[in-house]
Amino acid sequence: MMRQGKSGTLTQRHDGTGLSDEQVIGLLHKMMEIRRFEEKAAEMYARGKIHGFLHLYIGQEGVATGAISALRPDDYIVSHYREHGHALARGLDPKRIMAELFGKETGVTGGRGGSMHLFDVSKSFMGGYAIVAGHMPLACGLALAEQYKGTERIAANFLGDGAVNEGEFHEALNLASVWKLPVLFVVENNFYGMGTAVQRVSATVEVYKRAAAYGIHSEQVDGMDVLATHEAVARLAQRVRSGDGPAFLEAICYRFRGHSMADPEFYRKKEEIERWRALDPIEQMKRRLLADGLISGDDVARMQAEVDRTATEAAEFAEQSAFPSRESLMRDVYADGARGEEAPHA
Amino acid sequence: MPDITYREALRQALRYQLEHDERVFLMGEDIGAYGGSYAVTKGFLEEFGERRVKDTPISESVVVGAGIGAAMAGLKPMVELMTINFSLLAIDQIVNNASKLHYMSNGQIRVPLVMRMAGGAGSQLGAQHSHSLESWYAHVPGLKVVVPATPYDAKGLLMTAFEEENPVVFIEHTALYASKGEVPEDVYRLPFGAAEVFRAGTDVTLIGYSGSVHQAFRAAQQLEEEGIDAEVLNLRTLRPLDVEGIVASVRKTSRAIVIEDDWKFGGFGGEIVALIQEHAFDYLDAPVLRCSGSDVPMPYSMALEQAALPQEAGIVELALNLCEGVTP
Repeated sequence: MMRQGKSGTLTQRHDGTGLSDEQVIGLLHKMMEIRRFEEKAAEMYARGKIHGFLHLYIGQEGVATGAISALRPDDYIVSHYREHGHALARGLDPKRIMAELFGKETGVTGGRGGSMHLFDVSKSFMGGYAIVAGHMPLACGLALAEQYKGTERIAANFLGDGAVNEGEFHEALNLASVWKLPVLFVVENNFYGMGTAVQRVSATVEVYKRAAAYGIHSEQVDGMDVLATHEAVARLAQRVRSGDGPAFLEAICYRFRGHSMADPEFYRKKEEIERWRALDPIEQMKRRLLADGLISGDDVARMQAEVDRTATEAAEFAEQSAFPSRESLMRDVYADGARGEEAPHA
Repeated sequence: MPDITYREALRQALRYQLEHDERVFLMGEDIGAYGGSYAVTKGFLEEFGERRVKDTPISESVVVGAGIGAAMAGLKPMVELMTINFSLLAIDQIVNNASKLHYMSNGQIRVPLVMRMAGGAGSQLGAQHSHSLESWYAHVPGLKVVVPATPYDAKGLLMTAFEEENPVVFIEHTALYASKGEVPEDVYRLPFGAAEVFRAGTDVTLIGYSGSVHQAFRAAQQLEEEGIDAEVLNLRTLRPLDVEGIVASVRKTSRAIVIEDDWKFGGFGGEIVALIQEHAFDYLDAPVLRCSGSDVPMPYSMALEQAALPQEAGIVELALNLCEGVTP
């Protein structure tokens, strides 16, 4: 049963979401887990354990955590390439995600996908995709299939603000609307498509307004506020599930780190980053739960120790795991075992 | 066996799938109310309803992508792209998603999607509607690429395409829809990766697919009058490719010409030539030649279009020279 909080605001949010105290605390815990995991990944990248592109979710934890906690466990998730947070929020094993970043055979896709292509179909986590907006048609198709089968399952499609000027964005919104597909689009507007500010390249800066052109119900939410995000997604998911067609949510957020580990961040000022850091979704939530008396300082320390351990164990697991065998190279190019030619001198 | 058109053969396969597999549905531009740009799906909307036969917006990328997504969720969609020209607007979905998802997901995801489209030239449709881009798709691991030449191929290969657990790019030829041939009324399936000996011969192998099989066959008939016994191979699928069948024929004839509408430079014919020299070099009596389309955007005028495409007379000339030891 819900304890009486000191802050009316939070209690109202509580009531609105129908979340228990434990679940609300769980949201904080999950955000902390994502943050610590990403910090560990950055450390492992610096130590040469992780290669390629590594896009960290640090700063945006409120969006994935708030949104995915508001979905049913079998609702599809189709995400972009900054998707570690979504995978963790959906409950993929941190050890297997870290092993994937290391390129090990114990990774969620056995080292085939890497950071940008995490998949766990058993958890309806239908992947991270690295072509901007190229995953939106897939979300439409998954939703179409469930509509065809007559289930209540919906698809949640995460995308960035960079995706909204791609043709596939407009094609997907239009199709989803005319066919009333059960898909919820969640745009994580962190104000930069890589290093290009939204206002420099977008005719309409308020992204959620674009959905109106397709007759799709759309809203904007403070993505730095995990409860507000949860509340919005829960409501919109219900709407989508009831057969009213797609919905669109713009979550305002900010990434505290560069686009990828290779980003020197010439395009934004330190003061701007500091301004947003003051709105850190994790620190905001900690302050509120402490103020409400739902957690104590000891609880925070205990949770921090737990997520430290999770991240450390993930890195140890990844380190100790084996690389995939050379012999496995050509496996699964085709689902029927048909094989292409392996280059003999590669 | 009844004589039916290539179009009707395709219709029979599609109807069978709709009648026998609830997971199958069709979607594409103008496949319903209009009846299909090449009338392949004419009447299907009335027969099977909007749930199974979906008219889509002109949005190739999301149509193919939605087909991929639906396949990921356990359905067996057939997407009609009208023509291969328009498939270029969906090439991100075909190459970045359809072909790679099974591998990238470590085998967790399957994409049993059939993508039908019409290709080829020779109908005076101009530069943007006269493409033979099959080599682009055949280049991509994870895709299967089917190029039926006859009504018999069309039905048997399309039936097999629906048995696939992989994405299939099924390329029909615009100039063949009205062509006729014998097709069994019963269900049959033709295996992928098995070329057909369209005409047996001993002196030179003419290798074709889709429309060029017929050109090769007509050239072989003319060559017969010149005393040359040409073998004609119908590849049926480009990926998988029947390398063994090609090599077996070339070992017999010691000479080969690839006939294709495709541009010569970087075309599929070049791949066949490379495979022949890798696998049958010692059996060759002459260089392996290509009779391809010219490297030019397709012009509209009949006079120019015919000049840009391989012609029977050209195949005959190349074959005669090859058999007499004269090479270009």
